[in-house]
Amino acid sequence: MLSFNLLIVVALGYVAFLFAIAFAAERQAANGSKAWLRSPLVYTLSLSIYCTAWTFYGAVGYAARSGLEYLTIYLGPTVVVIGWWWVVRKLVRIGRAQRITSIADLISSRFGKSTALGVLVTIIAVAAATPYLALQLQSVTLSFAVFASAPGHDWGASELNGAALWVAAGLAIFTIIFGTRNLDANERHYGVVMAIAFEAVVKLFALLAVGVFVVWGVAGGPGDMVKMIDASPIALWDQNGARWAGLTFLSGAALLCLPRMFQVLVVENADESHLATASWAFPLYLLAMSLFVVPIAVAGLALLPPGSNPDLFVLTVPLSQGQGGLAILSFLGGFSSATSMVIVATIALSTMVSNHIVVPLWLQSRSQGAMMSGDVRAVVLLARRLSIVGVLGLGYLYYRVSGGGAALAAIGLISFTGVVQILPAMLGGIFWRGATRWGAAAGLITGTAIWVWSLFLPSFGPDVVIPAQVLAHGPWGLGWLRPQALFGISGLDPVVHAVLWSMLLNATAFMMGSIVTFPTPLERLQGAQIVNVFEHSPGARAWAQSAAEAEDLLIMAQRILGPAEAQAIFQREALEQGKAGYLPDVTPGFVDLLERELAGSVGAATAHAMIGQLIEGASVSVEDLIRVADEAAQIMEYSSRLEAKSAEQERTARALREANAKLTALSVQKDAFLSQISHELRTPMTSIRSFSEILRDGDMTPSVQAKYAGIIHDEALRLTRLLDDLLDLSVLENGQVTLNRQTGQLRELLDRAQGAAGLRAGGLTIRRRKGDETLVLTTDLDRLTQVFINLIANAQKYCDAPRPELRIVVGRARGEVVVDFIDNGEGIGSEHQQVIFEKFSRLTDHGKAGGAGLGLAICREIMARLGGSIAYLPGQGGAAFRVSLPAAAAMAAE
Amino acid sequence: MAGRPPPPVFLASASYRQRRLRDAARLLPVVGMVLFLVPLLWPDATGLSIPLVDAEPVRNSNAMIYLFLVWIGLVAAAALLSVFLRSDPETPPGGEDRP
Repeated sequence: MLSFNLLIVVALGYVAFLFAIAFAAERQAANGSKAWLRSPLVYTLSLSIYCTAWTFYGAVGYAARSGLEYLTIYLGPTVVVIGWWWVVRKLVRIGRAQRITSIADLISSRFGKSTALGVLVTIIAVAAATPYLALQLQSVTLSFAVFASAPGHDWGASELNGAALWVAAGLAIFTIIFGTRNLDANERHYGVVMAIAFEAVVKLFALLAVGVFVVWGVAGGPGDMVKMIDASPIALWDQNGARWAGLTFLSGAALLCLPRMFQVLVVENADESHLATASWAFPLYLLAMSLFVVPIAVAGLALLPPGSNPDLFVLTVPLSQGQGGLAILSFLGGFSSATSMVIVATIALSTMVSNHIVVPLWLQSRSQGAMMSGDVRAVVLLARRLSIVGVLGLGYLYYRVSGGGAALAAIGLISFTGVVQILPAMLGGIFWRGATRWGAAAGLITGTAIWVWSLFLPSFGPDVVIPAQVLAHGPWGLGWLRPQALFGISGLDPVVHAVLWSMLLNATAFMMGSIVTFPTPLERLQGAQIVNVFEHSPGARAWAQSAAEAEDLLIMAQRILGPAEAQAIFQREALEQGKAGYLPDVTPGFVDLLERELAGSVGAATAHAMIGQLIEGASVSVEDLIRVADEAAQIMEYSSRLEAKSAEQERTARALREANAKLTALSVQKDAFLSQISHELRTPMTSIRSFSEILRDGDMTPSVQAKYAGIIHDEALRLTRLLDDLLDLSVLENGQVTLNRQTGQLRELLDRAQGAAGLRAGGLTIRRRKGDETLVLTTDLDRLTQVFINLIANAQKYCDAPRPELRIVVGRARGEVVVDFIDNGEGIGSEHQQVIFEKFSRLTDHGKAGGAGLGLAICREIMARLGGSIAYLPGQGGAAFRVSLPAAAAMAAE
Repeated sequence: MAGRPPPPVFLASASYRQRRLRDAARLLPVVGMVLFLVPLLWPDATGLSIPLVDAEPVRNSNAMIYLFLVWIGLVAAAALLSVFLRSDPETPPGGEDRP
């Protein structure tokens, strides 16, 4: 007999191997070679999480109890996947176009990004998945118990519970490590998908191995097997037609509605063409999984003593024949089925819980809204991790409370019936433009209520939740409300009864609700975009004109996507609009794009709410609606020549407008400068003249004389400085300067600049991380230092915080060395950011500044000569300047 | 974004073929559903089906063979269709008349 310890070692080794696979896949994805991680084969195999422990253990038990009925659970999905051209293809396309992260996100997104619907679907999904998760824990625990009982002592309740707890904890750790590693904009998990694809192979191989053993090893060949089936208690066809059709429908619908299936089918789909392969390969997988179920069931019924649990035949048949190795393989197969399902289901549910419940609540609890809410990314990840623990905790709790009694198949069907309540809203949403969110909510609530009343609560047995009295005669004696005989129609199978009534009334409420209510403008836009996803993927716009400032949007995007990614998106868009810098015009198209990027991280409803806070309700205009309604107008709109031309013109016009604005601003400033430069020149000249007149007249003490001479000297210096600056700039601009290349360490340059900027005690505090500054540069060091001095001096002059502070951050971005100077003052308004680098431009009145507004212009010219650039970096909480140098100028110190 | 002229009424034979393949892909699940429901017409052991006079209940081993054969047939048909049928992600349904 096998030792139980060996089994533990094998199981732990298997888990370690899974970690290794997931880790290797993540590494490979990070290195950029994603090709084979995302092949049609891996996609098809990942779909196999449809086959859970319920398939692996439960199908055999199911067949032993009810003959061929177990097949309905696989025939439904087969029909749906073979008919991928109808529904699945559309779901996948919508998922990609709208950056859908979960099934709750789909429903919420379709019905006007409604938060309430997202919450509703999430609650239904969690309620329906909890028994199913418990079922997986139960099956793993039971399979452990089979081996534990073999050496001669049976497991008690406490040992079973302990094992279930360990399994749940291990799964939570795996899911947290690989499921919430990053907040990807596409919500894809390479490591997890690779691991479940591997598990798919293991479970198929294990079940086929047991099946082959039973047919050829026990029965002696297919012919003998047929005889054995004919001789068994399940020899005759005895299917109830209603159950056969009802369960086929139920399982097909569940394939579309189960959150975990939606995750692998739609969210993790990398390429629509993979569907074509999956359309036949996945049914083939299902066929292979169910091929040997009846032979194993028949062998179990014949070989094992009456009363043995048929749900465990897959394990106990090989064990009873002394096939220890096969039993271990079979154990691993069951283990794989359970773990892969739990991992994906938990990821899917935790995404829903965090995106639709936790994050919206958290945002609402902060009165300042999205703008000032700190790092949202950390919150989202934390929410997701807590949700994973919470979801698995619920599953464990259900396992403890239910005592793990009912047959596996029964629990699975209850769960399926709950989750298919989403079906009418989903199908209606993607095929019918008239569906409204009130209709969807009415359908979901009606269907779920019927499911809870007629199937979920009675499943605990009479007198546990529903008293036997109510089961038999209805609440308050209302016979037509009997849970298992609604409207007085008794005699139906409980599952068929629940599916029939819940689906009928759900769909009716959905349609009636949609017909009598009126959709909001946003719903109509989303409806048109989703229903007609194949006609116009670019889509109508949800935002018309916007009051948001690009800088506010950037601050928010940085907090969700991370600074680097957000800045890259903004820069790309600005470039596309023909602008330099990080702040594009806030066009409706850009807001739409940004919202979709955010939706990939936090879900459509949340992203919409966050953007909505900034846009302040300037969303859909009447013109937009007319455009959506009028198909002819749409065809006109997408006429490519017109569009290309108008985009081109728009770009040119924008560039011209911008140039014009710049010129006007400059001309105004030039006038101001001329009057100011005369003023600048005249003020010192006046004082020099008057004091020299006083000196000429004589008749004063030497000390007063010295003082007046000092004043004359200072004023002369000021004049010289002004003229020097002007000269310097004109030399730089005319390209007459020769660079004096030297090699030196960045840290020394900054030290020098800091020393030379003439910082006053108690004035500006400078924060640096000297560890980052060990770069060695080869460039004109004196000129570079001049730039640094200027930036530090500017911060000292203009930073208006009560405790002024300047951070100098050194880093690398896209092959460049960047040095950021970020102070904690008020920053520079976006209307001024355009002109600060122009000569003569000054933002404050000159009295305070004491310069002529040439410093930054000189800096810009110097950086251009050095092959780098200097730019204003918006959205950093103060004024921030980024000095970039080509990487060729730098090498890291050894 | 490429613009779209109104879809033409007559198509070149290649795109005509492509359209009929799509029709076949839409039809296949319907055929599968019907074939999977055929066993409900068989005489069964429950005694609830149409009371034919001397109908023997069908044996499960035969039912299995029928269902798995249908299943294999569907898989083969879907595999065959998937070779010729590609959902071009950039081509909207009206645009399949391109060469």
